[in-house]
Amino acid sequence: MKKGQSSLRSRMRQWTDHTVTALAVLATILVIAPLAAVFAYLLFRGVSALNLDFFTQIPKPPGEPGGGMANAILGSAILLLLASIVGVPIGIGAGIYLAEFGRGTKLANGVRFTADVLNGVPSIVMGVAVYALIVFPKVSFLPFVGHFSAFSGGVALGFMMIPTVCRTTEEMLLMVPHAVREAALGLGVPNWRSTLSITVKTASPGIITGCMLAFARVAGETAPLIFTAFGNQFWSTSLDRPIAALPLQIYVYALSPYDDWRRLAWGGALVLIVLIVLAVSLVRFVTSRGVLKGTS
Amino acid sequence: MGVGIEVSSLNAWYGNNHTLQDINLNIPANHATALIGPSGCGKSTFVRCLNRMHETNPIARVTGTVRIGDLDIYADAKPVQIRRRVGMVFQRPNPFPTMSIYDNVASGLKLNGYSNRRVLDEIVERSLNDSALWDEVKDDLRKKSGASLSGGQQQRLCIARALAVDPEVLLMDEPASALDPVSTSKIEDLIFQLKAQYTIVIVTHNMQQAARVAEKTGFFLNGRMVEFDSTHKIFTNPSDKRTEDYITGRFG
Repeated sequence: MKKGQSSLRSRMRQWTDHTVTALAVLATILVIAPLAAVFAYLLFRGVSALNLDFFTQIPKPPGEPGGGMANAILGSAILLLLASIVGVPIGIGAGIYLAEFGRGTKLANGVRFTADVLNGVPSIVMGVAVYALIVFPKVSFLPFVGHFSAFSGGVALGFMMIPTVCRTTEEMLLMVPHAVREAALGLGVPNWRSTLSITVKTASPGIITGCMLAFARVAGETAPLIFTAFGNQFWSTSLDRPIAALPLQIYVYALSPYDDWRRLAWGGALVLIVLIVLAVSLVRFVTSRGVLKGTS
Repeated sequence: MGVGIEVSSLNAWYGNNHTLQDINLNIPANHATALIGPSGCGKSTFVRCLNRMHETNPIARVTGTVRIGDLDIYADAKPVQIRRRVGMVFQRPNPFPTMSIYDNVASGLKLNGYSNRRVLDEIVERSLNDSALWDEVKDDLRKKSGASLSGGQQQRLCIARALAVDPEVLLMDEPASALDPVSTSKIEDLIFQLKAQYTIVIVTHNMQQAARVAEKTGFFLNGRMVEFDSTHKIFTNPSDKRTEDYITGRFG
């Protein structure tokens, strides 16, 4: 009797174990599936548009075959570089303040709340806001102000990066064990030095991941650029003039009535995703070098 | 060389919690002094007052005077300066996880702007020798992270790190409580040798350890120092009933 009961119970346990494992595997597949599907479909539709011209030519007028998105690829790179210059230092600085210096203060709570709200602001609103701040004012003695420009586009994307970078920096710094900070202070290291050289360094893999997330997120943003970077059919590397960007170009081409342009849009989408993956992997590779064996 | 520590009417608070009440004590130079007592009796707070680590907690407060050598640490100096003269080893080994063994030992000097490579090499080797770790790590100094060592090795690494800045006093807050018996005995041997050069204050829960390594022992209870005397006297013939009750295991 007892034996039968226990074997029944053990079979129940096994059954529960298998079920829960199966559910977890299913959930994992459901997470991967959309990405795999998107990527597969992009490959299917986009590869045919890719050739040397795509990466070296600027768009041709409608009706003319060929042309590429070289200017948009370069434009996106410039915009993202600008965005990172704006977003990463401000975000990391604010995150360090929140985690290390402002803990429990009203200002810190205000900053945290603002960052969370900023994170939820729709990207089109960010575009309009930067339009009102930089593009619209007619102040001719300031550079970059008063017209559509690469600069304003970079600023809009940079603002969008700030909350993500700021909050992940804070979270990652808070995960650094208190013992590590104490060790540094116990050596007679000044607080600022301990924060920069020990705490931030210890948290840096997480902080870099946060920056990469923010980067990847804004890389595909279209809406904030409509009112700022505006797009450009020609070569331009000037920060003071409208500039092309991959998402903008994809948006325009995908809505166009021309088959050729729509094919290029698919190619552009594929290139955009591949470039984001490459950029993120590159940063990870570069920052993971020099990490020592046994680092937890 | 180590210097003596004179503590008079030291009081400390965490918020409204009066954790140290009127401590008076003279810690002799170049000896090991053990502090024993039940958990929460204030002995850790006491050692943290000796290098002003106590005040890194925003709700903490201290009154009274502590003289280390000829320096009144609460009146004449900044916390950063004191902590360079008073090294500290914590309960749990806390090497810097992103740094190599070498950088861990050199960190105190490097972070204070010291960069002469040849001198650093020398100090790292000497400190690791003094902490009896050199032979075990000399081949992996730059290759391995401090966090990859075993717990006992990590603790000796932390001791080397504290020694590298050439302090006069070494505070050890239960340095062996997270370690196995073999590592513990290595740390104790080390304390024995280090006495020649440093004044050592060691907080411990392990009374045999206090008896083995320290010449002087202080017994703390509820934020007060009940008795301070030679270790031999404390463990064989304490003058206070409460000390006797504690060391014979009647409470605590």
